[in-house]
Amino acid sequence: MTRLRAEELELAYDERVVTERLGIEIPDGSFTIIVGPNACGKTTLLRALARLLKPRRGGVYLDGELITSQPSKEVARRLGLLPQSAIAPDGITAADLVARGRYPHQRLLRQWSRDDERAVAEAMAATGVSDLANRIVDELSGGQRQRVWLAMALAQETPIMLLDEPTTFLDIAHQVEVLDLCADLHAEQGRTLVAVLHDLNHACRYATHLVAMRDGAIVAQGEPSDTVSAELVEEVFGLPCRVIDDPETGTPLVVPNARRVRAP
Amino acid sequence: MTAIALRGLSLRVRRRSAAVCAALVVATFAASVLSVGTGDFPLSVGEVLAVLAGQGDPAATFIVETLRLPRVLTALLVGGAFGIAGAIFQSVSRNPLGSPDIIGFTMGSVTGAFVVILWLDGTTFQIALGAVCGGMVTAIAVYLLALQGGGLQGYRLVLVGIGASAMLLAVNDYLITRATRDDAFQAAHWMIGSVNGRGWEHVWPVAAALAVLVPAALMLARPLAMLELGDDAARALGVPAERSRLALVFVAVGLTAVATASTGPIAFVALAAPQIARRLTRAAAPGLVSAGLMGALLLVASDLIAQRLLSVDLPVGIMTGALGGIYLGWLLFSGWGRT
Repeated sequence: MTRLRAEELELAYDERVVTERLGIEIPDGSFTIIVGPNACGKTTLLRALARLLKPRRGGVYLDGELITSQPSKEVARRLGLLPQSAIAPDGITAADLVARGRYPHQRLLRQWSRDDERAVAEAMAATGVSDLANRIVDELSGGQRQRVWLAMALAQETPIMLLDEPTTFLDIAHQVEVLDLCADLHAEQGRTLVAVLHDLNHACRYATHLVAMRDGAIVAQGEPSDTVSAELVEEVFGLPCRVIDDPETGTPLVVPNARRVRAP
Repeated sequence: MTAIALRGLSLRVRRRSAAVCAALVVATFAASVLSVGTGDFPLSVGEVLAVLAGQGDPAATFIVETLRLPRVLTALLVGGAFGIAGAIFQSVSRNPLGSPDIIGFTMGSVTGAFVVILWLDGTTFQIALGAVCGGMVTAIAVYLLALQGGGLQGYRLVLVGIGASAMLLAVNDYLITRATRDDAFQAAHWMIGSVNGRGWEHVWPVAAALAVLVPAALMLARPLAMLELGDDAARALGVPAERSRLALVFVAVGLTAVATASTGPIAFVALAAPQIARRLTRAAAPGLVSAGLMGALLLVASDLIAQRLLSVDLPVGIMTGALGGIYLGWLLFSGWGRT
C-alpha cells in the first residue's frame, strides 16, 4: 500500500466529466511523471491528488485515510504542490516567497521558529537561489523564478511533492536545469515527486515511474524503458514515431516520423 | 527581518515596516494633540498633555474631555477601520481600486441611512443602524454577483461593485428628490461624512465594534497574505481559501459599515491609506497595522486641516475627497505609465 493513492475517481468540472473510475498508486520514493495529450486530464488528476478538486465519486487516500477528511494544514505538512497558477505578490523578495512555504508549520503565536529559518536556508541552497534572497521575484529571469517557486515548495518539507508542469515557459536549458534539480531532490533527499510534463522525452529520461494518460484514463504505467514503445506513443498521442535509445542515458527517446524529408 | 522569540511566542518583523508603523504612531499622536489644542479656545501642547495625564485645570479638562477628545477619537477609530477594511478589500480583489468606497459598500450604507432619515425619520442611532444594514446588504449582493461563474475574481468584484455603486447613487438621488427640504439637507450633510460634534456616545459603539473586528482582522492577516499567492497555492499550503476569504470580507464589511455609520461615508481613506502605507513599508504582504495607522493619521490630519485652513467647521469628508481625488488621479496616471 503506497502513501498516496486514488480509487474509483470520478472527476468533473461542472457538467464536463474528465475521468471515470480512475485508480492510481504513486510508488513511494518514486519520481512519477504523468504524460498525455492536451486535455487528457493529467492536471485534473494532479489537482485531485492535491485535494484542490473534490472528486464526485471515489477518493484520494493519503497514508490510508481519505485526504479530504484530514485537516488541510496537517495534509500540507506531508503533501506539497507547486501549481501552475501561483502568483508572486507585488514586490515580494525571493526569501520572503520561500518563507511562505513554511505556513503549514506555523501557528498564530509561533510564526517564525529556528526550524523555519533552517528550512528556508536549506531550500534556497538546494535550488541554488541563496544569492537571490533579497531580489524581487518579478525581476528575476524565468528560470530563476521557477527555482524560487521550487524552493518555496521545498521549504514546506513534505515527503511527497506534486509539480504541475514545472518546466512550462522555460527555454530548453532552463527546462533541463529544473528537471535535473528535481532528480537531485528525488535522489538525494528521498522525496516522492509527482510531476505533470508535456515533453515525453524529458519524462522518459527523468521518471522512475511513468504514467501515460489519454481521455481521462491511464493507458500504461511503469518504468519508462518497459513502458514506452512506438505503439504506445501512437495510441496515446496519435503520433507515428520511432523509439530509440537515448544516446546519453539509454532511456527511450521518441523520434517522430517525418512526413516530408528535406533534401540535404 | 528580525526574529523575535519569547517563550511560546516567535515572530518575524520587517525592520522597515516596524519603523514606518512607529513613525505613523508618533505622527498620529502629534496630529491628535494639535487637533485637540485647536479651536475657539486654543490650548498649548503642554496643556493638552496635562489634561491627558489627568492634571489639567478644570476649564481645559472640560474643553478637552467633553468637547474635543471624542471628535478626535472618533476620527482615529473610523480612520483606522477604513484603513484596515481598504487593505483587506484591495488584497482580496488584487486591485488597488477594490476599496469599499469604489465597490459600492459605502454607497449602500448611504442608501440605508437615507431610508432611515427620509422615510422613517429616525434618531442618530437608528440612522447608524440603517447605514450598517445598507452596507451589509449591498456587500452580500455584490459578493454573490461577483461569485457567479466560479470563484471570486478581483476584476469582477470591482466591476460589479462599480455598477452597484452607480445604481445606488441613482436610488439615493431619487430619495432626496422625494424628501422635504430639511430632511434633504440632513441627508446631504450626512453623505459628505463628518466628525463634527461627535461626543462620547459616538465613540463607544465604534470602539466596542473595533475591539472585536480588529483582532479578528489581525488573526486573518496571515491567511490573507497567503491568498495573494493564488487559491491553488494557498490551499496547497493548508489555507482554507474560500472560508478565509469569506471571513475576511465579513470583517472588512463590518469595519466599513460601523465606520460609515458613525461618521458618514468619508471618501477615499479606505482607498488611499493602504496604498500609501504599502509604498512606505515596501512590504509585499498587505500590512493591516500600517494601513490602519495610516487611515487614522489621514483622517485626523484631514480634519485638522479642514478646521485650521478654513476656520469654519468644514466636514472632513470634503477635505479627504479633495485629497483623494488628487491621489486617485495620480494612481491612474502612474498605472498607465506602467502598463
